[in-house]
This record gives sequence, structure tokens and C-alpha cells, in this order.
Amino acid sequence: MSAPSSSNWDRRSVLRATAGLAALGPLAACGGNTGREGGGSSGKGLVQYFHAYGEAGTQEAVKRYAKAYDGARVSTQWITGTNFESKLFSSLLTDNAPDVFEFHPQLQLIRSGQVAPLDDILAPVKDDFNPADITSHTVDGKVYGVRMIDDPQFFFYRRSLLEKAGLGVPQTLDELAEAADKLTTDKVKGLFLGNNMVSTNYALVWAAGADQLNDRNEIAYHTDDVAAALKTYRKMFTSGHLLLDAPADYWDPSALVQGLTAIQWCGMWAMPVMQKALGDDLGVFPFPPAASGARPAVYNGGWSMFVNAKGKNVDLAKEYVKWLWIDRKKYQEDWALGYGFHIPPRTSIAASATKLKSGLPAEGVKLFTDYGRFDNISWTQAMITALEEVVANAVRKGMDPEKALDAADVKVDRELKKLFG
Amino acid sequence: MSTTTTRDATRPSPAEAAEAGPRKGVRGSTLSFWIFTGPFLAGLVIFVYVPIGWSLWLSFFEARYTVTPDTFVGFDNYRLMLTNGDFTGSLVTFTVFAAIIVPVTWALSLGLALMVHRLRFLKAFFRSVFFLPTACSFVAASLIWKMSVFSGVRFGLMNTVLGWFGVANTAWLADPNPPWYWLVVVSVRLWLQAGFYMILFLAALQNIPPELYEAAAIDGARPGWQTFRHITLPQLRATSTAVVLLLLVAAYQAFDEFFNLLAKTTWGRPPLVELYYTALGDDQDYGAGSAGAVVLTLLICMVTLLQGRFLGFGRRDDSG
Repeated sequence: MSAPSSSNWDRRSVLRATAGLAALGPLAACGGNTGREGGGSSGKGLVQYFHAYGEAGTQEAVKRYAKAYDGARVSTQWITGTNFESKLFSSLLTDNAPDVFEFHPQLQLIRSGQVAPLDDILAPVKDDFNPADITSHTVDGKVYGVRMIDDPQFFFYRRSLLEKAGLGVPQTLDELAEAADKLTTDKVKGLFLGNNMVSTNYALVWAAGADQLNDRNEIAYHTDDVAAALKTYRKMFTSGHLLLDAPADYWDPSALVQGLTAIQWCGMWAMPVMQKALGDDLGVFPFPPAASGARPAVYNGGWSMFVNAKGKNVDLAKEYVKWLWIDRKKYQEDWALGYGFHIPPRTSIAASATKLKSGLPAEGVKLFTDYGRFDNISWTQAMITALEEVVANAVRKGMDPEKALDAADVKVDRELKKLFG
Repeated sequence: MSTTTTRDATRPSPAEAAEAGPRKGVRGSTLSFWIFTGPFLAGLVIFVYVPIGWSLWLSFFEARYTVTPDTFVGFDNYRLMLTNGDFTGSLVTFTVFAAIIVPVTWALSLGLALMVHRLRFLKAFFRSVFFLPTACSFVAASLIWKMSVFSGVRFGLMNTVLGWFGVANTAWLADPNPPWYWLVVVSVRLWLQAGFYMILFLAALQNIPPELYEAAAIDGARPGWQTFRHITLPQLRATSTAVVLLLLVAAYQAFDEFFNLLAKTTWGRPPLVELYYTALGDDQDYGAGSAGAVVLTLLICMVTLLQGRFLGFGRRDDSG
């Protein structure tokens, strides 16, 4: 076979080839991964964003639900890493924004017109939702977002290790620090609050008898008791009794399961894995009070589904959300209980959840009911960061807590002024 | 094969060719120029100049949660960035980082190049071994460093090794006092980039005429430090200058390892990480982020000009 002569590549050939390639462009685009399956002439398409859940099988489950939907082709972006928020926020400003996405209720999304009210699809089942979930998604009488799961977060501990050390369940923050001290050995650390210690931020504030914001949306976290609790945290940090720089963070059960720590802050989602590994040698307790007269605290995290109000298919997206997260109870139950343990926000589904009726899961549900606190929709991402910086500065860096809180006040005030004037 | 040519009857006369040929040639060349450079120029305009212009425009507007703002705020965003401490702190972080990483990488890559250059066997093997990390992504390397090498638990590689000598486990990244995180950040970048600069030095070393060393030997120069100082190092001046310039630019672009190794900290944030958090991260303040980007750009321009002046990069005598 003769090799093609270079003389064949004259200017006309090059132009013809270029034109041919240009003509092939649209065809190539049809086959390309645009993230919008089924767009254009091949039918209606929706894109949904999910952060990567740690429980095995969750990604497949979401895709399975999406595939079962007849109204449109739904493609899923399963976003790994810790930059889900950044990716979501930046994409919401572009034409490639998802049509539906999971997130937490936050006022700035509503004020900037990025999420659509969902009262029309929620109305028939509104009373079946946990009232706190509805409240935490409501602004000016409109409900934004459908809660998919509630995720209480509290302490998990190894019963045998506490018994061996002659300890009961800590009843105060000081007792928690003492327990961390007594449980620490050369191989096992006493306590794991997460690698950067911000996972317990809300619980710490609540357990110190304060709140993030008051009813008038003013700063409520800056109190003497919170500053004192931060000092206790600092002592714990410098004592060497905390597990730090673990390979996986607080949301993963591996620190407790692998015997790196005796007590770990984590979410109820990890309970099945912990039970499988540790059997009955597992207990739970809430964040203990950090001030006199304060109550224990449990953070009820979770995820909700939102519809992009600036998307091209708002009505179709709402239809899909209704189909999956309101009409399909089986999927909702599967999502909440089939992989990790989450509390279904729908009362009717929670009532029939036999997996949560006894043993440790029932204890978790009780903590959720007795001490659970929900998201405040006015507490936005910038405020979340400001409070995280308080812990970074006052606990890990050693700054005076009052100064760290003052610095946060400036940032939170700025945000509040933007939102409320 | 004959190389002679015969004049074709249809071929234009020299006079005609002088008149028509160049015009046609120029037109063809122009067309080819635009075909080949047009897409890249369009890309440059769309993806570089338009964003820079847009960023400049955004920096004068209140642009929270939007990139199409309508509230003009003058220099407020610049004032905010220059007074909030986080951005200025990030410039200090960069200065510390550059002050460590530039000379250390320069010395290490030069040392590796000298070592590999003098090898008599397995030269290609060692060249590849040192160069291979360049192919690894900063994100992947950072995660390996964070989760395996510098993990704070007892089975982290560094803690295991130190444990053999009775040293207690260290939280390399969680605790800023002492600032062990610099060791992690610097070592991962060294591992990733030293091999690349080693190749540059290796190429420069191979270009030094051996006659210089022979002449020096005849004149009584001792091999080793004396030869290195008076022959090798001066001969590497142009390469060294280029390497320092590239290292400084790379230091300004530091992002991945800081972002992945130091989550939820208020320290160890170089300018790009700080701007990322301001604009794309939690704050979503594209106005302030853009103002910071403009300030950073001006700063980089100033540093580059000063560096050119002090290092003499681009001077005519460099070529000699």
C-alpha cells in the first residue's frame, strides 16, 4: 500500500477537510457528553445534581429512580469531593445549571431567584411532612424545596471502652473532655470531632444555650457561654486526646470502626456500618450541655431537593420532583433506609419504618425527637463559613475566642445587611 | 533523480510572476495564517481577554450571587479586599511559600540534574524515575500525601517511621502550631515539580562544551566545587534565570495542594485559594473576588518587571 503523497495536501484539500470537520461538529455534539441527555430532538431532558453519599449503593439507587421516570430523560451528576457547594453555586449562574439539585435550605438561593417555590406540588401532602422540615424551608409563606431525608448527628461510642475506663455517658462538655482524656491510649484517641472540628459547630452553640440567629435574624451565637465552650474545645485540642488528621472525616464511620477513637461525632446514616462492625458494642448520646441550664443538642441535618427557578424546564423539573419525592413512597423509603439510616421526613413513611423501631436506631430517633434542631434558612453559606473560621481561629490557632467571634460578627453582619437590609 | 527543471510553456514569465505571484502568495499566506491561528485567537479572546475585561467590570459592582450585576459601587470591592485581612494574609502566605519553594526546588532540581548527568549507567532509568511524578496530578498527589504519607493516625507513613524512634503521632495538617503543614505542602510540590526542572537543567548541562572543563583542568582547576562554581554555574545562568521565573509563576498559581490539604483553615491560603473562596466558594462575591484578581494581576506584573530588572532576563548579553 502506498503512503499518501504529501502533495495531496494542497490548500484546497485542507480547506475541504476543515469544512468537513466543521460540518461534523453538530453530529459530534449529538454524541458528546453534554451532561444533558436526551436534549434537542431526542426528547426532553433534565439534569440533577447529587453530592456523593458515602453509603454503598446510593449512586445506583438515584440513577435507578431517574431511569424509571417516563416524563423525561434524567441524567445525574454525582459530585464527589468537598466542593459540591462551589460547583453548584457557580453552575447555577450558567446555562449548564442543573434543573433539580439537592442542597440545604438557604435564604440567598431564594433572594437571588435561584430556586422555585414548590407549594403547588407540596400542598396535597404538606401535612404529612415533619412540621420542622416545612418550617425550615419556608420564606414569606412559600415553601422552597422538598425534604428527602433527615440526618440527625450525635456521638457514637464504644460501650466496652467507656465501661473499661469506668465512665458513664458524658453529661456536660467538661465531662466529655474528661472522657476523652481517660479513653486515650497510645493506640486509641478518646474523641473524634472531625478533622477540622467544624462538624459540631451548631451543636456546640446550641449546647451552650445560644443559637445562630434569633427570631429577628440578629446574631445570637456571640455569648459568654459560647466563648467559654470554645475555650474548653481549645483545651481538648491541645491535650492530644482528640483524633486529628484521620484518613476519613467525621461523616465516615471508619475512625470508630477501625479502633482509632472511642467516641466519634457522626450521622445516623453510618449506623448500619457501625452496627455491622461493632455489634452491640455501640451506643449513642447527644452533644452534652456546655452551659448551666442548657439542653443537650442534636443537629438534624439532611438534604432537600430544589428546582432551579432559572432553568429551561421548570415545570418539567417540578413534575419530576413531585413524581419522585412526593408520589413514590417506595423510593423515598428505599432512599432513607435501604443504604444508611436516615429518618424519612414524611410522617407516614417514618411511622412504617420498622428498621427504626427498636434497638440503637430507635435510640437515635429518640435523640432526634427530644433534642433535634433543624436548619435555619436565614443562616447562609457565608455565615456557615464565618462560624467555621471561629473554630479554626479560636480552637486550632489559639486566638482569643472573643476576638474570633468579633471577626465573625463583622462577616455575618455584612451578610445579614445584604439579606435583610 | 534529476534536480533540473524545464520551463513550462504555460508558466508565466518572470515579469508576470513578479507582478502576480507575490500577491497571490501573500493572499494564500494570509488565508493560511487565519485558518491556523484564527481558532486560537478566538479562544484567546473568548476565554482570556473577555473574562479579564468582565472581571475588571465586575470589580466595580455589587455582584453577590450574580455575574450580571447592576449596582455600581466604585472602589468598595477593592477597599474590602485590601482591608479584610484575609486577602492580604494570602499574599503573606504566597511570599512565605515562594521564599521556600523557589530556592529549594531550584537547588533540588539542579542537584538531581548533576547527579543524573554524571551517571555512567542507568541514566535513562533515573531520569525517568525523577521525571515521572510530573505526570501525576496535584490533586491526586495531595490526597496521597494527606491520607497516606502525612495522615495523623498511627499507620500514616511518616508517623509509622517516626514511631520506630519513639516519636508520638503528629497531626501534620490539623494543627498550625507548629506549622507542620508547610512541610506537607512544600514536599508534595517538590515531589511533583523537581523532575521537570531537572530535565531543563540536564539539557543545559549537556550544552556546556566539554572543552571548557578540559581547559580549566589544564589551567589547574580542581574538579568538584571549584569547577562547579566557576564553570558549571555561570554556564547555567540563563537556564537558572528561566527556572526561577517559571517557579515563581508556578508559585503564584499554587492552588490544588493548598485547597486539598488545608480544608476549613484560616491559614495556608495563597491568593488563588482566597479568591476562589471569595468568588466561587461560600461567599459567592464575584465583585470582591474580581477586585482581588485585578490587584493580584497588577502585583504579578510588578514582580515580573522587577524580576526582569534584577535578574537581567531578556538583556542582550544573556545570549552570549
